[in-house]
Parts: sequence; C-alpha cells; structure tokens
Amino acid sequence: MRTELGKVRGLGSAKSGTEHFWHQRMTAIANVPLVIYLIYFILSHLGAPRAAIVTSLKNPLCAVMLGLAMISVLWHMRLGLQTVVEDYLHSEGKKLAMLLIINFATFFLGAIALYAILKMSFGL
Amino acid sequence: MVAFALPQNSKLTPGKIWPIPAATNLREFKIYRWNPDDGQNPHVDTYTLDMDSCGPMVLDALIKIKNEQDPTLTFRRSCREGICGSCAMNIDGTNTLACLKACDDVKGPVKIYPLPHMAVVKDLVPDMTHFYAQHRSIEPWLKTSTPTPQAEWKQSESERALLDGLYECILCACCSTSCPSYWWNGDRYLGPAVLLQAYRWLIDSRDEATGDRLDNLEDPFRLYRCHTIMNCAKACPKGLSPAKAIAEIKKMMVERRV
Repeated sequence: MRTELGKVRGLGSAKSGTEHFWHQRMTAIANVPLVIYLIYFILSHLGAPRAAIVTSLKNPLCAVMLGLAMISVLWHMRLGLQTVVEDYLHSEGKKLAMLLIINFATFFLGAIALYAILKMSFGL
Repeated sequence: MVAFALPQNSKLTPGKIWPIPAATNLREFKIYRWNPDDGQNPHVDTYTLDMDSCGPMVLDALIKIKNEQDPTLTFRRSCREGICGSCAMNIDGTNTLACLKACDDVKGPVKIYPLPHMAVVKDLVPDMTHFYAQHRSIEPWLKTSTPTPQAEWKQSESERALLDGLYECILCACCSTSCPSYWWNGDRYLGPAVLLQAYRWLIDSRDEATGDRLDNLEDPFRLYRCHTIMNCAKACPKGLSPAKAIAEIKKMMVERRV
C-alpha cells in the first residue's frame, strides 16, 4: 500500500558509489602499463626454470611491478565483479553472499600472489 | 536473478488475422494485443491497410486501424507531432514515437509492441506510474534559498545555452525502457530520462540546491547502474543524449571529491 514516491525514495541515497566509480577508472588506467609488463615478463620467461625467474625477481623494480600488477588487477576485478553482482543478482541474501565470496577471494588471491613474489624476490 | 524468459502469462500467442481490404498498395501491421479482462495471454494481431488512403506515419496507421477496423485497439496519442511523448512504443524493434516514425522507414511488416519491460495496462499502453514517481523524486523544479527577486531570476545567454540538449526532453521514456540496466534494476536505478532531467536542474545557473541534488543522486543504484550502454542516445526520438548527461553527472560527482 506504499505510495509510488515512497517506494522510489526507499531507504534514501547511499551517498556512495563515486569512490567505486573513481577506483575502477584509476585501476583501469594503472592496469595498462602493469599488465603490459606482466605479459612481457611471462613471455620472456616462457619455459625458463624456476631459478631464472627467482633471479629476475631479485631485481627490485621487477618485483615491485609484478606486486603492483597483482594489487591493481585484483582490485579492479573485485570492483568489476561487484558491479556484475549488483546488476544481475536481485535477492538480497544471494547478493550479500556473493559479495562476501568476492571480497574474501580477492584478498586470498592477493595474499598468495604477494607472498609468492616476496618469497622469490628475497631468494627464499 | 535476471529473467531471460518471459513469465508464462506474458508469452506471446498467435493472434487474429484481420480482413484484407480490396486495394493494391497494401501494408501489414503486426500489433501486440493484451486485454487484462479476458484472462488470455498476449497475442499479435495482423492488420492490413490500404496505404493509398493512410497517412505516412505509424500513428496514422494506428488511428486508421482503430477508426476503420478494430475500435478495441488501445494506445496513447495526443499531439501527433513529437512534443507530447504519449505515443512512445516499440516499432520495428526500436523505441520511438509512432507520430515521428514513417511507415516507409520500416522494411516488411510493421511490428508494433509496447515499451519493453514495462507493466502493460492494455495493448500498447504501458504503466508509467513508477517512471513518473522517479521523475518526481529528483524534484524537477527551481530550488533557491536567496529571496525571490522582484523581477525574474537572471541568467546569461551562455548559462541558458547549457540547457540546450536537455530542456527538449519530453519524458516519453523511449530511452529508459531501451536501457538494459533499467530493465534489470528499474526499481532502484533512475534511468536515462530521469537522470537527464536531474542534470538539467544540476546545470541550471539559477538553481541553488546543486549539492543537495548530487547528494540525492550519489548512490550505487540510482546513478551508478549506468554502464554507458548508449541505447538511450540511440533510441531518443528527439536526438538527445541522456548518456552524455549521465556522464556529466558522474564528472560532477568526481569533481566535488578530488
């Protein structure tokens, strides 16, 4: 029995969303050089033994670039997947569950990637 | 989840084929019909018109069918010159105004459906209640705190020029109902038409509530469901670009925080 305007106003404006929008653009721009570097790194180490990759990762610039690429790509992925969930999932329960999974998976993947890069970079 | 198939009671069934008039210049019109009172599924009726005695526009054809063949055919129309927005419908797969769409611009039979993804009241008449409430929610009027001047609120020529491309919007809803984001999240996403109207007040030099207006719009669903799909700009029968207006709103949002 709610009025149509009452339904439209709903719970009011979240007064957020701009940060998400801005971060998505920012990581998109950052991804351009970082992913080019990542692809270059992978192609130049195709078939190389582990020792060669460890040697490359001892170069601080190389390790930092790969670390940044992981952070930027994963953050961009998190933001993008959140958009997909908000677009297509309409049950609040499913939406909440998916957002939790996306957040946990992003941090889990990020932690694994950074741990691996640091471990090899410090020659362990 | 997003529904990719129509609900059972919305599935189309074959409709009636109306008598073909004795004439040479014939044209077929396939028109969506649904009557809330007969409990039947919607169906597509086929009408054939003698185009030698019919006006050039799709609206002319609809009026001719209603006058001469089937008085139960239901549609909205008023000005018949693209300024009232009443006869917005889906013609040949694109949302447009029946009064501005020439029959000759369509190849083959002219297929006419109501605006997509709206609840249907009857035949080609969609329920616009929610759309109008969304327009009401952006408070589309001049808001000021400065005491009203004795004469008019002043605006320079260049300030007035900022409203060009916005004030022409007739709220026909062709754009909003062509937008997939509006289809999936129309309950919370304001849609291109309403956001273009919102920008029309945001950019008005006389308005003093810009910040409040931006606060009201800054929401992942109200504004940020726009993914620049551009169907709105393609559909607009007035040649406006709601997508550009929405991009300008997003720019204002970023501008006030960086």
